Amino acid sequence: MDQTRNQPSAGKFWSWFIPIGRQTGGWAFALNRVTALGLTLYLFLHLAALGLLAQGPGAYDKFLALTENPIIKFGEWAVVAAVFLHGLNGIRIILTSFGIGVTRQKQLFYGFMIVAVFVILIFTARMY
Amino acid sequence: MAENWKITLRVFRQKENQASRFDDFQMEVNPDEYVLDAVERAWAFHDRTICFRHACHHSTCGACGMRVNGVEKLSCITPIRDVTHNGAILKVEPLRNFPVVSDLAVDMGSFYRKMETVTARAVLPITEAEIENPPSKWEADDSQYIRLSDCIECGLCISACPIVATTPEYLGPAPLAAAQDQRLRRKPELLSIVDCEDGVWRCHSAFECTAVCPSFVDPGRRIMNLRTQVVDMRLRKLFGKA
Repeated sequence: MDQTRNQPSAGKFWSWFIPIGRQTGGWAFALNRVTALGLTLYLFLHLAALGLLAQGPGAYDKFLALTENPIIKFGEWAVVAAVFLHGLNGIRIILTSFGIGVTRQKQLFYGFMIVAVFVILIFTARMY
Repeated sequence: MAENWKITLRVFRQKENQASRFDDFQMEVNPDEYVLDAVERAWAFHDRTICFRHACHHSTCGACGMRVNGVEKLSCITPIRDVTHNGAILKVEPLRNFPVVSDLAVDMGSFYRKMETVTARAVLPITEAEIENPPSKWEADDSQYIRLSDCIECGLCISACPIVATTPEYLGPAPLAAAQDQRLRRKPELLSIVDCEDGVWRCHSAFECTAVCPSFVDPGRRIMNLRTQVVDMRLRKLFGKA
């Protein structure tokens, strides 16, 4: 019998992102995973971009010109959004881990996400 | 009396050496009946080979846990009215994160072994229980009274936990809640069991366990409290008080 279907395994990380049957805390968990992966990817891209400095100012200036590209600009916006979503969600986790607001973790999540969206909207207005 | 509903009960099926599938059973139900009643009706009148676990029918044994329309539920206390509507599908599947033995029945051996590892209590002195309106001061002989532990070991929290899904070694919500219940100061031998890579620090605060717990154990809160107990024990050790 194929019993592996229902057994836990590291390869089942994709199940973190399936929303069916998940509740507020599960959505918060999934959001933290997605934004963490995005920020990690950004970190590598950022280091690669800084690495261009070693090739001289010309190479770096050429890269900076790319930031006017709408796709790159959207990427920058996504990084800022991820920072606030991940950071504020992380504060919720820190608070609950210290026993603060554990029974109100849903409200904490909604509250922090409202703050995050508000800040992201301000950033969006200033960016575009 | 409530008007009967016509529903389609969609049951997960998987027998030895066979691929999994879903079987549909059309039936008329009273919406105030419970999901387990519908499953039993499918077994009694449609297909006697449907395999599922159940016993008490009143949320004490914890045997009838399953996923109902994708969410972990104790099927004996889940009214059909709460999870579907007239003319709709009622889908039942086995719990996640446990190997399927047959259809809706899963092998919960690994979970029970973890409960044993943390010496989970089935009963506890009433003086140590979390009860509503406890007296301001317990009398000396009150500890002779015992009560059943809140946890009915249904495994819903294990099924709902996203960390268990990827980390089989993780102790999981119910065992950690059982450790919290015993208090590390009273039972310091539990410290090394929970204060490790796959113990209390593995939880990532999804609180899915608390959301699905049918017995008010609130494992998420207990795991967070266990963390403070672990820090307390570490500090005591640091200052030579343990």
